[in-house]
Amino acid sequence: MRDKILYIIGAVALILLARDMYLITGFPAEANQGAIFKIIFFHVPMAITALTCAMVAFVASILFLITKNFQYDALAVAVTEVGLAFLAGNLITGSIWGRVAWGIWWAWDARLTSALVCWLLYAGYLMLRNAIEEPTQRATFAAVFSIFAFIDVPIVIFSIKWWRTQHPQPVFWGGGSFPPDWSAVFGWQMLAILLVGVVFTAVRLRQEQFQREIDSLRRMAHAL
Amino acid sequence: MAFVRQVLVIMAKDLRAELRTKEAINASLSFALVVLLLFSFAFDPSEETTREISGGLLWIVFAFAGTLLLNRSFARELNNDCLDALISAPISGAALFLGKALANYVLVLAVELIALPLFGVFYNVRWTSQFWQLMMVIALATWGMTVTGTMFSALTVNIRLREVMLPILNFPILIPALLGAMQLTSALVAGKPIAADNDAWLKMLIGFDVMYTAVSVFLVETVLVGG
Amino acid sequence: MNAVAVEDVWKFYGDFPALRNVSLSAAPGACLALIGRNGAGKTTLLRTIAGFSRPGKGKIAIFGNSPRDTATRRLMGFIGHGISVYDELSALENLMLFGKLYGLADPKKTALEWLERTGLDRVKDGLVREFSRGMRQRLAVARAFLHSPKVLLLDEPFTALDDRAIAVLQRLLHEALSEGKTIVMSTHQLREALELATHVALLNRGQVAFHGPRTAEMVADPGWVYARYGEG
Repeated sequence: MRDKILYIIGAVALILLARDMYLITGFPAEANQGAIFKIIFFHVPMAITALTCAMVAFVASILFLITKNFQYDALAVAVTEVGLAFLAGNLITGSIWGRVAWGIWWAWDARLTSALVCWLLYAGYLMLRNAIEEPTQRATFAAVFSIFAFIDVPIVIFSIKWWRTQHPQPVFWGGGSFPPDWSAVFGWQMLAILLVGVVFTAVRLRQEQFQREIDSLRRMAHAL
Repeated sequence: MAFVRQVLVIMAKDLRAELRTKEAINASLSFALVVLLLFSFAFDPSEETTREISGGLLWIVFAFAGTLLLNRSFARELNNDCLDALISAPISGAALFLGKALANYVLVLAVELIALPLFGVFYNVRWTSQFWQLMMVIALATWGMTVTGTMFSALTVNIRLREVMLPILNFPILIPALLGAMQLTSALVAGKPIAADNDAWLKMLIGFDVMYTAVSVFLVETVLVGG
Repeated sequence: MNAVAVEDVWKFYGDFPALRNVSLSAAPGACLALIGRNGAGKTTLLRTIAGFSRPGKGKIAIFGNSPRDTATRRLMGFIGHGISVYDELSALENLMLFGKLYGLADPKKTALEWLERTGLDRVKDGLVREFSRGMRQRLAVARAFLHSPKVLLLDEPFTALDDRAIAVLQRLLHEALSEGKTIVMSTHQLREALELATHVALLNRGQVAFHGPRTAEMVADPGWVYARYGEG
């Protein structure tokens, strides 16, 4: 049953993506920036998906600490990994855009820099998990760290924004304008990428459950 | 009242144990010195350039040297399973945490206040013109660094690669605080007092400290006695 | 009321149950010996009773209260695998530290008393790191008894102790029992433990295989419990 639902969601996501790609390639090049402006159809939905993942990880971590139910721990690690993948996608598309628009791969743009810091924050979460053997301790410590990281996200975003405003620089996403007839496609694209995130998370969640079963069986075998 | 006394007992214990051996504080001081020296090779230490990057330079030194001290905080309890005795003692996790954090705070501040005049001497910078404001920035940012560092010292104490994990976890979390401290320190060393254009950083530092102190005190019991 | 009551306690490492539905109790004045093979869950159970970690399911009560209550912790003394005293502090400083944490009326006086009882009064200002193994162990015993706990939790207390420390510990434990205090200890040293124990609990793969009063058969043949209930 769960499998079928997953396949259906995955198929819907794929169809949506294919349709969006077809429509996006058909759009005329944007007046100021040319074709590269269309990368925004991937860049922004990826960022929003990653932010959603961070939020889900935060809630799941709190729920784990309250209930000690390992389903929440599995959810937290699954969405964090998926979120990191999407955030990496966001960083890479942002960097490609910068290369074409400004001729440099990295310009310390406020949003990209914030994204990089958040990426490092959550990469630390995964490293911390990797280093802890005992599952209950791993889940507890990781949940605490996830809460620390999530609180940091708004502080990072604001502080880096202030930092950039003190050092004048070219406005990054400005100069391009978003034609109103694009916004419907943008909405569908947002949904498609969010659904891809849901499918990835579900698959990863399942792996995490198997992993826990294997770990428990191994301990049982050692105890014999 | 009992709570404050317990915090002070833990803090005094940590300081006394550290000052007996001076292992961590010596390592931290020498490290601060080495990094200060290395920076002078990285660029020409003329007065003007140094002033411009003084905030960044100082806070990198402080953060690195501080990490060495913070790493020792809970590692100190590892020998002889001392943490067991502290957890079974009738004190709250919050008192234990604050005691250790305050001890770390004193040690990190001590290293910073030795490194700061050395920086002035090596780089020929007169940094004292906004002395009290600079002290306030150092006090605030160092507390932020210590409070998250002490918490992560508890998280990483039992794990593989403990020494490496602490900065990997702590530095990204600290980026806003360090960024603010760097901006303010550069301005203050250059003789500009905190004004309307940069007091947002000061507010952010205070917010960071309050927020993470509260969350740490709230969650430390979970970390110590877990699930 | 039982001094120590363990009710239907489960403890999980991930999905693996290290303790499965454990129920035990010890009345005031009883000495309960937890025996069982390595990995049977003795240390896990003892540490859960001591309040180092919370049980996944079930309840633990020390004189009716949770072991995490501050007031309850004042009643408990724990000796684990490590000596739990600081190498960089002197013997007196160590005991005074814990005396203050336990809120004793006169930490210094009590600390000096215990240094004398454990034969460490002449080296009270020496740093623990300069102590011999035996001296460190006696200091660890003094640390656990300092606040006159009503419930003593001992994890393998006789393992790794030298003769003199064993003698000190046994004298103190007999004394504690005669004063109506409660002892729960996990042990491999069946002979020493059974001599002291009033009750025995055998753990097997996280479950209680046997729980009852110590009998004459057990003292005569320490392997008896294992043979009778061990693999059941």
